[in-house]
Amino acid sequence: MRSISHERRRQVVWGYIFLAPALALFAVILVYPLLYALWLGFYDWPVFGEKTFVGLGNYARMLSDPLFRKSLVNTVCWTCCVVPATVVISLAVALLLEAKFLKGRGLFRTIYFIPVVTSVVGAAFAWKWLFEPTFGVINWLLGLVGIRGPGWLASTTWALPAMMAVGVWKQVGFAMVIFLAGLQTIPKELKEAATVDGASSSQQFFRVILPLLNPTVVLVLVMLVINAFRVFTIPYVMSAGGFTWATPGGPLDSTRVLVLHIYDLAFSKFQVGYASATAFVLLVIIMMVTIIQIKLVQRPFEY
Amino acid sequence: MSPDIFSGMTVKAPACTGMPGSKRRPLALLHLLTYVALLAGAVWTLLPLAWMVSASLKPLSEVMRIPPTWVPLQPTLDNFRQVFVQFPFGRYLLNSVIVAAVVVVSVLLTSSLAGYSLAKFNVPGRTFIFFLILSSLMVPFQTRMIPLYRMAVAFRLIDTRLGVMFPWLIDAFGIFLMRQFIATIPTELIEAARIDGASEPFIFVRIILPLTKQALSALAVFTLTANWEEFLWPLIVSTSEASRTLPVGLQGFAEQYGTNIHWQMAGSVIAVAPLIIAFLVLQRQFVEGIAMTGLKG
Repeated sequence: MRSISHERRRQVVWGYIFLAPALALFAVILVYPLLYALWLGFYDWPVFGEKTFVGLGNYARMLSDPLFRKSLVNTVCWTCCVVPATVVISLAVALLLEAKFLKGRGLFRTIYFIPVVTSVVGAAFAWKWLFEPTFGVINWLLGLVGIRGPGWLASTTWALPAMMAVGVWKQVGFAMVIFLAGLQTIPKELKEAATVDGASSSQQFFRVILPLLNPTVVLVLVMLVINAFRVFTIPYVMSAGGFTWATPGGPLDSTRVLVLHIYDLAFSKFQVGYASATAFVLLVIIMMVTIIQIKLVQRPFEY
Repeated sequence: MSPDIFSGMTVKAPACTGMPGSKRRPLALLHLLTYVALLAGAVWTLLPLAWMVSASLKPLSEVMRIPPTWVPLQPTLDNFRQVFVQFPFGRYLLNSVIVAAVVVVSVLLTSSLAGYSLAKFNVPGRTFIFFLILSSLMVPFQTRMIPLYRMAVAFRLIDTRLGVMFPWLIDAFGIFLMRQFIATIPTELIEAARIDGASEPFIFVRIILPLTKQALSALAVFTLTANWEEFLWPLIVSTSEASRTLPVGLQGFAEQYGTNIHWQMAGSVIAVAPLIIAFLVLQRQFVEGIAMTGLKG
């Protein structure tokens, strides 16, 4: 009896020893900063001078802040374009790669996956010059088919769409891999049975494949939405520096997304309290998206 | 690439001749459309990389030429030399490698240890700890970055390599992944080793780690890919050449030498090449590693 409780105690001690490094780091770099951010959000803390408690003042201030509204609209815009485009393209590629007659499947998969492992700053630089209005390749290609291309990154209308294209380019391979894994789990007999019953390809897709792929689609959607709300590097790199458009988020804040707004508030304007409150709004948005996903996946499609 | 694929098509076409004439044409057309769509996508995917490599190998005057010359008329390696001469690019590369290496090792170690404990040791409060770790997956880095910056200031970590790496030394997703994976290892294996008198660290190193190789390599790839291109945090915490990693170094370079595209592209090639080469060599591990993030959430 004594030896069992001794053994049990010994194991509990070892269990905690193995957990200790992770828990210590978890407290320091996850829990503490999160609580600190929440606390900071209740204060007005200018560069010079003392901090003052303002309660929910920072949150109220957001409601009437045109820059916050602009950055939220830009982010929602980014999400509503990049996420559906990425899902449709990657699902189409995954389905095409599943075609029985296809040769060079592995090669295509490799090519489509390359952007996922391509450092996004380097890629964004290349895209920035591809979108250059006068000697850029994109406008040259458009010129070949008789279209006069816009000023892209220098234009308030076209800068965000150009950056969205890069966002899609970067993520298609990732979504494709998850869809390919999801398609593997669909039993071949089901597709064959549908064909025997005389279902057309489109019927097979909408009635058999898509419903069975539903959990995978939800998963990819949620991950892409979270990525979309956290987007920063592509708009920052593609709008900062270069010839004329020097301020990140430009021209004229047309590419100022939420994280860029938070970064600007905290590290250029030094409004630490207000920036923290805005960062907390980002957290709430991401939590809501995740909770919706959990609710959706708990009721998977039954068959 | 393309000749290969088209030869595949010509092989396929005769195979369809056995079918009734009415059915052959639409099917061949469908095949053709599939290849055209996939090829167009592949061209779009490779376009920026092709342009980057091409521009890095030619003088500025040729970079600006319209129509573009994909194969340089005056090929030169001078751009790569200039990148190292004009800027401490070797330093950026070294910083990137050191930061990525430490982060990957730390994430693998803390995740496998904690995952093992949560899966196989019945410590009081483990359900709560696991719940806490799972919930933290929802907390974006961007919400924590201002406090992390203030911590870096307080601990004098601004502009140091440790400052660049410390927010990434643990990954809640890694703990979750390793816990799920280790839970599938039979407990009898561990108990048998205990009866034979093996110490707990010995069991972890000699039994658990070898059996989790697949998950560990996936986690390593996932962590490395994310860390290699991390931009926001080093942008905040690195204030000089001392601690800049490749992505921030490149950005500083671009801001200072805005119009020297040929040098920028040479720098970009150096930044993107290591991971792309690693991917081409270890394709299976990379695809598995990224697909495993599908477990997330």
